Formats: sequence, C-alpha cells, structure tokens
Amino acid sequence: MAKVIVYPPTSMILSDLVERMGHKALVVPEAVRNLVTANNIQSPPLNVTPEGPKKGLRYAAVDVPSGVRGRMSLIGPIIEESEAAIIVEDPGWLTGCSGCSRTNELVRLLIRTKGVPVLDLSYPTNDAEAKVFVQKIKAFLGGLK
Amino acid sequence: MIRIAQLSCGSEYSGIQKEIERAAETVGAKLVYPEVSLEDILNVENTFGVSVSSGDLNLAMARAVRIVQNPDLADAVIVMTCFRCAEAAIIRSEIRKFIHEHSKIPVLSYSFTERTTAETLLTRMEALVTTVKFRGLLAREKQTGLTAGIDSGSTTTKSVVMRDNAVIGTGWVPTTEVLKSAEDAFEGALKMAGVAKEEIAGIGVTGYGRFLVGKHINAKLIQEEITVNSKGAVFLADCQKGSATVIDIGGMDNKAISVQDGIPGGFTMGGICAGASGRFLELAARRLGIDITELGKLALKGDYRNVAMNSYCYVFGTQSLVNSLSLGCKPEDVAMAACHSVAEQVYEQQLQEVEVKEPVIMVGGTSLIEGLPKAMEELLQVKVIVPKYAQYIGAVGAALLVSGLLED
Repeated sequence: MAKVIVYPPTSMILSDLVERMGHKALVVPEAVRNLVTANNIQSPPLNVTPEGPKKGLRYAAVDVPSGVRGRMSLIGPIIEESEAAIIVEDPGWLTGCSGCSRTNELVRLLIRTKGVPVLDLSYPTNDAEAKVFVQKIKAFLGGLK
Repeated sequence: MIRIAQLSCGSEYSGIQKEIERAAETVGAKLVYPEVSLEDILNVENTFGVSVSSGDLNLAMARAVRIVQNPDLADAVIVMTCFRCAEAAIIRSEIRKFIHEHSKIPVLSYSFTERTTAETLLTRMEALVTTVKFRGLLAREKQTGLTAGIDSGSTTTKSVVMRDNAVIGTGWVPTTEVLKSAEDAFEGALKMAGVAKEEIAGIGVTGYGRFLVGKHINAKLIQEEITVNSKGAVFLADCQKGSATVIDIGGMDNKAISVQDGIPGGFTMGGICAGASGRFLELAARRLGIDITELGKLALKGDYRNVAMNSYCYVFGTQSLVNSLSLGCKPEDVAMAACHSVAEQVYEQQLQEVEVKEPVIMVGGTSLIEGLPKAMEELLQVKVIVPKYAQYIGAVGAALLVSGLLED
C-alpha cells in the first residue's frame, strides 16, 4: 500500500479511486477532520488557528499571503508524507479545489520537486475520455507497491 | 440584529475567522453568508464581469451579485481577503465598487494577516453597524443646546463645547494618562466657553480612549471615529449635502472616508506604518530643528523633487531626509519632501480603497501642517479643504451627534 496524494487535494473522486485500489489517499478533508475532531475547538469552522499560517512558513515565505500559508499547514505535511501522486490538470470546480489558485500552484510545484512517481492527467470531457482516465489511474496505482 | 454579509477569501485558513465573529458579536452584529448555487459561481463572469482562477474569490463575487439582486439579505457588507495577494486585492476592490454602484448597502473592505484580531476590526465593524443602525442620527445637520465632545486620540486629546450650532470653547492636550488628559482637555474647553461642567446637557466621546473616558464621565454617546469624524468634517466644511471625501492623517493611524450626505459610504483605516503618520512629520521637524507648527509653512517654500526619498519608512525615510541635508539640500525642500512622502503613501495605499469625490476635506492636527494638504492637492489634482477647527473634528462630531440623542 502506497500513500498517494491527489491533486486537486480536495478531490473526493480521485480519493475514492485511490482507496478502491488498496492505497491510502492523502487528501485535505482528512487533515481538516483531524483538526475539527480534536478535543479543543478553537476556531470553527475549520479549527485552523493563527498558528496554522506560522506552521505554513515551512513551505512559503512570510511575504506569501496568510491564507496560502494556512492552507499549506494542512497540505504541506500531506505532500511530505506522499509516496506517489496523481495530478489532474484543469479539473474545474466540480473536482474540488483549495479555493486559492496560488496555493494550487505551490502544491503542484512541491509535489513535482519531491521526486515521487507522478501520474499527469487531463480532466476528461466525455465518457470515452473518462474511461481512459480511470484506466490510466488504475494502471498507475497497480504499479505502486 | 444587524446582519453583516462576509465576502472573503482565506479568513478560515488564516485562522482569524473566530476573530471576525468576535468583533461582529461585540458590536451586536451577526455575520451572514448569502447562499449561492454552483451555477452562480460558474456564471460569475456573466453577472459580475470577471472570473478568476481562485475559487473562493469567485464565490465572494457570486455572493456580491446575490446581495445586489436581493438587498434584503444583508444590512452591510464586509469584504476581506489576504494581505499581499494581488488577485484578491483586485477583486476586493471590484466587489466593493460593484456593491457601492448597484446598492445602498454600506461596504467595508479589509486585507488581513494571521495577526488580525477582533480588536483591529472593532472600530471598523462598529462604524459599519452605526451607519446602518443610526442612519437618522447621522443625517443630523445641526447641533442644538449646550453639549460637549471629547476626542481621546492616540497622540492628542481634544475637546470642544458647542452651543446652538457654534463652537464656543476648545481644549487640546497631548495624550498621556488617558483619563487625566481627557479631563484636562475638557476643562480647557469649558474654561474658554465660560460654562460650568454641570451646565452641559450631554457629552459625546470618540477616539481610542472612548470606552474608558466615556464610562468615567458618564457620556451619553460613545462612538468610533469613522462616523463621528465624517460628521464633524462635513459640518465644519459646510458640505453636509452630497458627496465628500474625508482624509484624516492621525498620530497613529489614518482614515479615508467616502461620505454621502454626511454618512460614511466606504472607508479605510490603517495602520499602514509610522512613515505615513503625523509621527513621521514630528520626527522630520525635530531633525530640522524646528517646531512641528513651523514645518508646514517651511514646506510651502520648498520643492520635494530636490530631495531623493528612497523609502517611505519611518526609519529609512528619515535617513533619506538626513542624507539630503548632509548633501546640502535646503531645509524647505526637505520639509516638503517629508510632507509629500506622507501624502504619497496615503494616496498610494489608502485612497485607492475609497471613491475620492470632491470636495476633499483634510482634518486632524496634521491638516494644519500646510505642506501636507498642498502635497495631497498635487497628488489628487483637486482642491483640498482644511476647515476651521480641523484638529477638533472628532470632538465637534461627537458634540453634534450627542445633541441629536438628547432631543430624541
């Protein structure tokens, strides 16, 4: 079983495909769940506190907006943990997003510079492309140990 | 309860959502988030005019469209995005303009960091709520009876006594101990007016120390500076009808307020840095070996272009002034360069956030430093009005508004 990060990091479709193939999907909702189910709810709704953007300094400099650094405090550790990645280009809103384009750019960069196996895909626009999309993911995940 | 629609990007991830909610709660308001459909977000370019790559900004724009279409959804709007995000800065400004142009709902915009606290937001939220809640009181144009106002500012404390629409006494002291300074300034105003404290029918208090001072002297009105200064400015400049822009460069922060019929429409309040405050001019005067009251007149004789200012910063900007003097620049040019530096920074970083409509009224103690309104005139290319009693603007606004409460 490999730990696979998906991009967009909030995509439930990609997360589901990874889990179905017996791997662990690394996604933001899980990181958020860990925060909001913690004993101490300090800052609803996500329970990200001002400490989050400070933790995000590990991934982006202080002159990067606080919202990017706060998001990176959730996504950064997931990238560090990942052993493989699936990146879907131009996924559209329906596939999920972090809400911030600058964060998305930084996430893609950090995944690629980590040096783990990456499957690059285009978002399917019809049924035929969708089948190929799933087949490629299946083949990629099947090749991971 | 006043409903403030929050249109934002990044506040939850910056860890400050709780602070925004705390500020709203403190001023008796409730934050609301207008419902939009996915279709609304996908069509935001058609309805708003642009879509951007960040999803949360598109959501904020879709919510702005929904509010304009259904003004009953909110009483006021706060637009908040991350500081230093270029995409957000453009959209934040466009959302503010969109709501301003298509509705009568007051809008406040603000860029935050993870260090933004409820206290930072409080004055802004209070002003937003006041413009909704006390619209009738703010529309008041005349002071009646015998009332007083105290402006407990960060650097100076000002007080006025007013009778039947005229200022009859003023008091001014540097702020040291907040309560003592307020008492001294008030005492000064009473003495000049020739009236006893007991004769005053009502006192209004504004400024940083308003809560402490207001409680101590049992004030009938305790109000933030945005609404009070707007009122005082248009009253003293005799511009109560129509649009106006009020610029107040204070000792610790600056305010730029777009006013319509004496009521603030949009405003910004910073906090940019000490280099854009009265403190910078005080330092420049000290370095030139003159009193702050002489700086403005000296500046009027100078030309800022003869001085190379390399920074707006309180420290490095001063260094530029000092270097210029050592290179033989004339003191009057240095004085004007200091005024221009402050005005330019306010122009670049704050006036972009409000609709600058004539007449432009400069108020506060710094407006009496003649070089500063002149520098602002050159930058804005419009005539800047500095009314009589410009430094007492907050106290006058408070005295005027409290008289309305007494009648009610």
